[in-house]
Amino acid sequence: MTIFVWILQLVLVPVTSPLCIGIIKKIKAKLQNRQGASIFQPYRDIWKLLHKDEVVSSDASWVFRYAPFIVFVVTIVVGASIPLFASFVNNTGVGDILVIVYALSIGTFFLALAGLDVGGGFGGFGSSREMTVSALAEGGFLFSLLTVALIAGTTNVFSISSSSMLVHGQSLLSITLAFVGFVIVLLAEAGRFPFDNPATHLELTMIHEAMILEYSGKRLALIEWASFNKLFIFFALGSNLFFSFGIAQGIGINAIAMGISALFIKVFIFCLIIAILESSTAKFRFFRLPDLLMTSFILNVVAISLIR
Amino acid sequence: MFNTLIPQVSFVVLLSFFGVGAIGALLFRKNDVISNGWSSFFAIIGSLWGLFFSIVTIIAGHNLSFVVGKSSFPRLALSFHIDTLAGFFIFVISLISLFCSIYGIGYIKHFYKKYDIGVFCFFYHLFIAGMLLVVSASNGIFFLIAWEIMSVASYFLVVYDRNEEENVKAGFLYLIMTHVGTAFIILALLLAYKFTGSFDFETIKLGAGLIPLSVKNIIFVFAMIGFGTKAGIIPFHIWLPSAHPAAPSHVSALMSGVMIKTGIYMMIRIFLDILQPIPVWWGLALLIVGSISSLLGVLYALTEHDIKRLLAYHSIENIGIILLGVGSALTFLSLGMPQFALLGLVAALFHTLNHAIFKSLLFLSAGSVINQMHTRNMEEYGGLIRYMPQTAMFFLIGSMAISALPPFNGFFSEWLTFQSLFQGVALSGFYGTWFFIVAAGSLAFTGGLALACFVKAFGVSFLARPRSAEVAHAKESSFSLRLGMWALATLSLLFGIFSGRITLILQEIGRGLTIFKNVPSFIVVSSRQSIAVGNDFSFVSAPIFFSFLIVTFLLVMFVMHFLINRNQKVKVGATWDCGTDLTPRMEITATGFSRSIILIFKGVLRPSIQHETEYHDSESRYLSRSRTVVLGVQDVYQAHFYQPLRKAIRTLSLRVKDIQSGNINLYISYIFIALIIALFSVL
Repeated sequence: MTIFVWILQLVLVPVTSPLCIGIIKKIKAKLQNRQGASIFQPYRDIWKLLHKDEVVSSDASWVFRYAPFIVFVVTIVVGASIPLFASFVNNTGVGDILVIVYALSIGTFFLALAGLDVGGGFGGFGSSREMTVSALAEGGFLFSLLTVALIAGTTNVFSISSSSMLVHGQSLLSITLAFVGFVIVLLAEAGRFPFDNPATHLELTMIHEAMILEYSGKRLALIEWASFNKLFIFFALGSNLFFSFGIAQGIGINAIAMGISALFIKVFIFCLIIAILESSTAKFRFFRLPDLLMTSFILNVVAISLIR
Repeated sequence: MFNTLIPQVSFVVLLSFFGVGAIGALLFRKNDVISNGWSSFFAIIGSLWGLFFSIVTIIAGHNLSFVVGKSSFPRLALSFHIDTLAGFFIFVISLISLFCSIYGIGYIKHFYKKYDIGVFCFFYHLFIAGMLLVVSASNGIFFLIAWEIMSVASYFLVVYDRNEEENVKAGFLYLIMTHVGTAFIILALLLAYKFTGSFDFETIKLGAGLIPLSVKNIIFVFAMIGFGTKAGIIPFHIWLPSAHPAAPSHVSALMSGVMIKTGIYMMIRIFLDILQPIPVWWGLALLIVGSISSLLGVLYALTEHDIKRLLAYHSIENIGIILLGVGSALTFLSLGMPQFALLGLVAALFHTLNHAIFKSLLFLSAGSVINQMHTRNMEEYGGLIRYMPQTAMFFLIGSMAISALPPFNGFFSEWLTFQSLFQGVALSGFYGTWFFIVAAGSLAFTGGLALACFVKAFGVSFLARPRSAEVAHAKESSFSLRLGMWALATLSLLFGIFSGRITLILQEIGRGLTIFKNVPSFIVVSSRQSIAVGNDFSFVSAPIFFSFLIVTFLLVMFVMHFLINRNQKVKVGATWDCGTDLTPRMEITATGFSRSIILIFKGVLRPSIQHETEYHDSESRYLSRSRTVVLGVQDVYQAHFYQPLRKAIRTLSLRVKDIQSGNINLYISYIFIALIIALFSVL
């Protein structure tokens, strides 16, 4: 049973994350009065890319060749060390808020280096923009997690998710503020509207797509998959740290089934929010993004000062 | 075995290694090869001996006090006091000087026939010996002598490459700033002497209660300015980004990795050990100073495209991070929470050690690149990973460590610093919580910005296509250079993975201070090397994270290479060029990379832009021949702090000059007036 739970914990993020993207795309299509592709289309895309030949730039070094693997592995490791459906699988020693924030930075670091490695104009400015956004998002990200950590009295994400914070209502305001801050960071880190348009290849606006422009085939599949995983990780963090109800507290078929369905429902709500947000807002001008990220940071500072 | 006499003798032996090395190098200065060999041999043996000595001191946990000889001056005694804290700093100094000396064997070869190697080696040894004396001296005057030996020797090393005028200028600035610092240190020591009647640190410590609070506060401010100048806190940092790049690279590594830490050592020694108990605002002030230095340090680093200046600014940032640890330790101590304070001290010491390792690694690899490229300008590098693959690897490891990416060592010390700040944020009903929130926030942003800065530094220097013809001539550096860097890179990873064990040792070192003697442990390290802080407040395990990462990586590689599709082809083609020819000018530059961040922080950084256009016809000004755009950053400190200060001093001196007319009758009247006043004051 324990082994089953562990395997589930390990594979849940990579297995379900493409579905999540498919659902967002489907909702967006519906909102635009289109039929839209099937929600399983991202799986087919990944499968297709994995079997294609690839072209690697003659200027690229090993950084370009290995970065997709590192980026993907980081999302797997982080995905396995956050609470997904159960809060008791807590013996990894890596489920700390700081480890999560900085481990995700490893992925950003190598992705940005890979963007620079090919020596094209696009990769360079993509990396520059990505690092600008992620540097400014770090404060808000860390502080939103810190807010819930301080309320729960621990920085371990599993322990945070197992303490039901919403029961005593005095920290409700703090949690709400921190959650709003967290959603802003989520949009920034996962490259969604209004920070980045995941569907564009327009040089004036793209950030993430510009960095990975030179990738093809298997490596492109890994990078795309890693970005799906990253979005799912943020959804899972948002659902289980801020609204931890439904999460399995102990081992047992019922509890785990309940935990998984609760996770899916919460993630579906996130997908809905993202899709509606992306259909109703426009992308911001690049130099307005810092204001948004600072708002996230300040909301979290207020949230922390409101605790107790 | 480790009885009363042996440690003293072994410490004197340690110093004498460097003494023999210094003098021998001068004697053999006629022959470059012999003097390099002689000096490197004694530096390496001396460093090894220092490592051995410090490890034994730390393990034995003894306090070691002794006096060498008898001086003919009443207040000066050659007295030493080596406790575990001093032992720790001797360890750091020896560790870094060991690898820098190994690196130096090959590095100083390019100075052969150009400059006098013997003189260089003489000052190199004097510099290391000076640092060892600084951390072990226990008498104020003796300490000042050691401090001056260290500063002056390093000055001569900075101006060693004297054919470049810029270096001489940088050295002069360094000499002035370091002596301004020393002046404040002297004032602080004199104030302490006035109330305790002794220059001996132990006596001052016993008599610290005799010093009134107001005087203590003045001592704090003076010591902050004095030692802060050496440590490079903002705004006393201006010497650092010009002096560190000027020195030969392994000396920059020593200065940046170790010498500036002696300032931190003295702050810990005076504030945490000698002047206890202390008011709360000292700690809070250190938190603010640390936040400013870390945030501004990394922002200025982003504006640089001179690789060594960039690294020098990162030293300022990391000194800021260390000060955050020290500041939280001081605050908790004043609030009567010694176990939290011990956590802060452990974080500060761990970051001191880690920064010494990865910063010297970065300086050494930057040095190897400069040795091949003959320029410090990153815009002329590019694509070096093909020509110097190992150096690139070392620089990458250093970059990851300094950006606090797990599982390298930088992450774990920042983790501990964050933990001690979180404890402060969690305090209830204390106005100082806000200081901790500011500190934690600036540390978080510092981490993100440092990451951006090292993506820039590594990406622009080593990746993509060469930006100048010079790159094609670059060759991998020689064996001794690689050996020094290789060892530091390995240590950087090992100190990360075994961070649990090291944290425990550092906690014991902290307990060596009187105030932490019987403080209960706040950090628990389990058998799996996981560090736990508080009652399950947080824990992290480096080996588990590392092995998890490696196993998953191998698994994914295996699946991708062997299971998915084996007969895929990988074609090598040109980067997509939009139909034009790819030139190096199409790559992003270091300046361009960080331009967006600089514009976002334009309120702080004050970016400047200058357009210059040259016209074909200067009358009509329609057709421009060439356009130059100069992007830069205003030196705010020079413009708003140092220039007004210089002006004020200059005006004052001019006024004072007025009384010196050169007329002898006037001087005689001065003497007469002075005599009258003296007479009245005596009567």
